[in-house]
Amino acid sequence: MSERLTNDEKALRYINDEYLTKYGFHDTEEFYSIKREKGLSEEVVRWISALKGEPEWMTDFRVRAYHTFLGKSMPTWGADLSGIDFDDIRYFVRATDRQESSWDEVPTEIKDTFDKLGIPEAEQKFLSGVGAQYESEMVYHKVREDLENKGVLFLDMDSGLREHPELVREYFGTIIPSTDNKFAALNSAVWSGGSFIYVPPGVHIDLPLQAYFRINTENMGQFERTLIIVDEGAFVHYVEGCTAPVWKSDSLHSAVVEIIVKKGGRCRYTTIQNWSGNVYNLVTKRAVAYQNATMEWVDANLGSKVTMKYPAVYLMEPGAHGEVLSIAFAGSGQHQDAGGKIVHVAPNTTSRIISKSISKDDGRASYRGLLKVHEGATGVRSNVVCDALLLNPESRSDTYPYIEVEENDVTIGHEASVSKVGEEQLFYLMSRGLSEAEANTMVVNGFIEPLAKELPIEFSLELRRLIEIQLEGSVG
Amino acid sequence: MGATLEIRNLHVSINGTPILKGVNLTLNQGETHALMGPNGSGKSTLAYALMGHPAYTVDAGQVIFDGVEVLELEADERSRLGLFLAFQYPVAVPGVSVANFLRSAINSRRKSINAEDQGITIPQFRKLLTQKMDLLGIDHKFAGRYLNEGFSGGEKKRNEILQLATLEPRVAILDETDSGLDIDALRIVADGVNKLKGPDLGVLIITHYKRMLDYLQPEHIHLMMDGRIVESGGPELAEEVEAAGYKPFFEKHGVEVTEE
Repeated sequence: MSERLTNDEKALRYINDEYLTKYGFHDTEEFYSIKREKGLSEEVVRWISALKGEPEWMTDFRVRAYHTFLGKSMPTWGADLSGIDFDDIRYFVRATDRQESSWDEVPTEIKDTFDKLGIPEAEQKFLSGVGAQYESEMVYHKVREDLENKGVLFLDMDSGLREHPELVREYFGTIIPSTDNKFAALNSAVWSGGSFIYVPPGVHIDLPLQAYFRINTENMGQFERTLIIVDEGAFVHYVEGCTAPVWKSDSLHSAVVEIIVKKGGRCRYTTIQNWSGNVYNLVTKRAVAYQNATMEWVDANLGSKVTMKYPAVYLMEPGAHGEVLSIAFAGSGQHQDAGGKIVHVAPNTTSRIISKSISKDDGRASYRGLLKVHEGATGVRSNVVCDALLLNPESRSDTYPYIEVEENDVTIGHEASVSKVGEEQLFYLMSRGLSEAEANTMVVNGFIEPLAKELPIEFSLELRRLIEIQLEGSVG
Repeated sequence: MGATLEIRNLHVSINGTPILKGVNLTLNQGETHALMGPNGSGKSTLAYALMGHPAYTVDAGQVIFDGVEVLELEADERSRLGLFLAFQYPVAVPGVSVANFLRSAINSRRKSINAEDQGITIPQFRKLLTQKMDLLGIDHKFAGRYLNEGFSGGEKKRNEILQLATLEPRVAILDETDSGLDIDALRIVADGVNKLKGPDLGVLIITHYKRMLDYLQPEHIHLMMDGRIVESGGPELAEEVEAAGYKPFFEKHGVEVTEE
């Protein structure tokens, strides 16, 4: 704690020297409560890094990434991103002036916000292990005592960098280099918040580690950065859930999540996102799994204006297993371009992609997946299933399944289906007394059931509730 | 006094093609009726029209159930009023378990009576469902299976009867519940219906085979041809049909023979 403040003071001093007079801040309080003006420049990138008191290598990393970002063109495939105005985004916002060390110290208005998200039980239940992100940074973070005793690190990324710089430096940006794509570059330049998790060899964390995220400042960019290292034979289930209130103008969320699962380890990463209908949600998630390791992405995407997200697993050594379970719900005016990516680098690796998408009104859900088998990766087994459900005649679903196999000795299955909520299904359910809306919800819930049951119970319920809310008013 | 289902001069068409051409039938709660007739005579159309399938257009006539104009109501409202249709081809709803479905159906009914109703508790529901499954000799595992998904023909029909048993309607229409069943499966399903018959349940059995009737022993038999009920009578009518087939009735009622 004291070290942290010292770092902040150092940062302040630096700012004092370099920026303070320039930006006209005269005291600490004013400095901390500042919202950055909109727009991005190298100066802003350096300002963010300095404010956080980061080591030079991170500042350099950010600046290099910023220039990569400038040099990269926008993706020409996938969803329409023409509505993003990079000059109209705030790249750093700070909610409170410092990390809260205990829940009691979290300001009431912030707690109220979380209450409104309807997640207090889960919050309370996992109180001691929760990292809650409010605006750009975590305001509350406490690692449960037993986790600490097991040597587990569960911090926000900023604290992780401060307290474990050598570990962070070893892995940060190695799975998703800033040159990977334009939005990974942007995140690398301006990242703030996110989680840093290290699970030592053989340690199993029984309860899911959870963090709640939301965007709550108009035109605010949210660029969290998560790094998870699961050491040999260890296990962790990380859960992130997001909701966001509706704002008037467009907003950008561009996260980067990097995961390393070492020999015999297992990591499950579960996301339930429910962005407001104006958010561009462009996230890069990638994991590497080594010998006999398992990586599972469970990804539920609701809301947003545009989502582009394809969690990836690279199976690096024999026996590794990767899974992507993806649920996307595209409501009116929304485009969910989601899927998964599995790369079999080593022989005798296995994988599974299951994608379920639901399109309502003129919503559009696309499955975009890549299954790649490298030459020499013999004995690979993989199965890809993508099912789409269309709720209305004007709903749209597309499937872009890319399969690149450079090896003969492999077993690959691929199934795709598109179905509609049929008149016969609705009539059957209604003939038992369910209203049309209830019948619709039941068909949709049944459709996602194979994935919903993979979620922790409270998240499964939350997902169903969110889908019910999305379905409300969809039928007359 | 039980409720009465009264069908008066019912005309129904599908996509502009008239199928029912003036059906009259009265059925009281507690009675068992059979509706016989050749393929294409309109039996299943009557079943769907009574339950309110949106593809069936009512061109004329009335259906009164317990004093309520049924034709004004949506399918769910008819169900909550106490009508039930056991489907000839039950629809699969993947991912929805039999138990979850039935519990939701019960809760919808309770909410329609009292908006404040909190629904049946899980222990209460489990007890109810177990009791009904035991009554019908259905394996308890059935409750956890997804509705009609991967069900055999016999399982689908038993599932319909389980729903009938659980939802406790006042009048149930069994639309060719015997179709596609071998003799053993038929007996199991018919035994189930027999257990549910009683003063509180009126049954309309739609079939074109007599074997179902041998099990269920309806008191009233109706013969449908070309969208009309051409004869009604007691069990002897079914015997006649069984002995001579439909042909004499076609001739008697001047109906053109359109054998399939």
